[in-house]
Amino acid sequence: MNIVVCINHVPDTETKVKIGPDGKTIDRTGVNYILNPYDEFAIEESLRLKEKFGGQVTAISLGSDAHKETLRKAYAMGVDKAILIKDDSIRDSFGVARALADVIKELNPDIVFFGKQSIDYDDAQVNGIVAEMLGLPSASVVVKLEIENGVARVDREIEGGHEIVEVKLPAVFSAQKGLNEPRYPSLKGIMQAKNKPIEERTPSPVTPKVEVLSMRKPPAKGAGKIIGTDSSAVPELVRLLHEEAKVI
Amino acid sequence: MGIENGAKGNTVILAFAEQRDGKLKKNAFEVARAARTYADQLGGICFCLVIGHNVKEAAEQLGGYGIEKVVVVDDPALAAYSTTAYAKVVAEIAQQRGATVLFLPASAMGKDLAPRLAAKLDAGLASDCTALRIDGGELIATRPVYAGKALVDVKITSEVKIFTLRPNVFTAGKNSGARATVETASVKLTDSDFAARVVDVKVATGRPDVTEADIVVSGGRGMKGPEHFHLIEELADLLGGAVGASRAAVDAGWRPHDEQVGQTGKTVSPSLYIACGISGAIQHLAGMSSSKVIVAINKDKDAPIFQVADYGIVGDVFDVLPALTKEIKKFLGKE
Repeated sequence: MNIVVCINHVPDTETKVKIGPDGKTIDRTGVNYILNPYDEFAIEESLRLKEKFGGQVTAISLGSDAHKETLRKAYAMGVDKAILIKDDSIRDSFGVARALADVIKELNPDIVFFGKQSIDYDDAQVNGIVAEMLGLPSASVVVKLEIENGVARVDREIEGGHEIVEVKLPAVFSAQKGLNEPRYPSLKGIMQAKNKPIEERTPSPVTPKVEVLSMRKPPAKGAGKIIGTDSSAVPELVRLLHEEAKVI
Repeated sequence: MGIENGAKGNTVILAFAEQRDGKLKKNAFEVARAARTYADQLGGICFCLVIGHNVKEAAEQLGGYGIEKVVVVDDPALAAYSTTAYAKVVAEIAQQRGATVLFLPASAMGKDLAPRLAAKLDAGLASDCTALRIDGGELIATRPVYAGKALVDVKITSEVKIFTLRPNVFTAGKNSGARATVETASVKLTDSDFAARVVDVKVATGRPDVTEADIVVSGGRGMKGPEHFHLIEELADLLGGAVGASRAAVDAGWRPHDEQVGQTGKTVSPSLYIACGISGAIQHLAGMSSSKVIVAINKDKDAPIFQVADYGIVGDVFDVLPALTKEIKKFLGKE
């Protein structure tokens, strides 16, 4: 089974976001970057499929040289090949999808995995756009995956439950937390990853379809009232929720 | 009577009205109202699209939210969601009717569908918008990034523009009770259009989802173990709300991950968010601080959750939470 997993390099969830000097992106000073958390589930599931069915796993990331760190983490977890689509320009999700789809097409995979979204722009678009560009069926926000006779049966998370979806392979999936428990890279894996080759590609330029005009911090929510220190404050809380906040 | 194609400069907005089991979701009314509002402001026209089987009656209800016409694509094969088939139907209807602006809910279905539509219609997509405005005749969307740690204003520059609207943020407004005119349309579908299709739906708890609920009651590490979450559930059920959890509670295995609120969980905007025994890690605050009213119950007065809470009780959750449930029961006359 030929599997492609698309991964991203994103600010750590601990990051305190400050707006950068351009007023459109974050200030990257002192920001620690990590493998996008949802992509860990995608890599893990790809490796499990390979372990079950044989084949190989190729990790692809689009971005600057800094993304090599994340591709090395994928190597350390056990992928077989890594490709960096080297691009420092600002791309919207459509542009990212275009570049990824062009490379994925050549690899002719049975399965393409993504994390359900990147935790920076939270677009949750690239997987779906890539699927459509490649003319493949897909399922997003997957928490369970089984494959039999060229058909995947997946559970995808919806409001208040799960949808069971049958998807004919080849197909595109996006991974949600709960799909699996990602492995920790072994020390040996980490050491070996340092010397593995990262193939570089140059994407075709694209015109963005979505333009960021400005970025700002959400309005600060002033700290509210401390009503009390034990259950004796509860009647007052209920009164405030009803009369002042009007939410009950 | 057909829906006229948009003449040049005359924007046509297509609002995708989501239904499940023949019933429109609340987000359908929100999307419908937004389509009406922005069509009026742009001097354009709008219509809703409902896809499913036996959905005509549900579709008519959209009239109560300012929609005059609803296009219904009714097909037994479309009774259950299929990403591939639904995308084909929406894209074809949009093209046939000259729609250049598409509104979908940022729900599980809308978020799955919209990227495919973007590719089919060569359109830019602004996901999970929390506000829209018109500036110089263009729709400008505000959307949270970094799970709400920042907001961006975006403009879509392609001819066709797609927006998914975060549930619970755009108000549906009052139902006027009016009925919309339903126009049936059909789209030719073949087996290959159903390469991905839903074969079953499993309902988890019967409680509303954290992303859809008006009220969310959430528990964190301060709940001290899964055996105490019944206190959270009781209050949530009493209020018809959802149960949420912090990442700490989910990672400890106390609660399922679909209840997780925060940067690696769900971002929520309910009217009321009650945080119980949650200290308020930055990832959690990102996911819930856009709630309209926040109540925090925590014994640590320095917990960051109090910096976003409208009302706080600095006290023991095992003393305060049961008392709150009791008091609300009394208030609701359910004692």
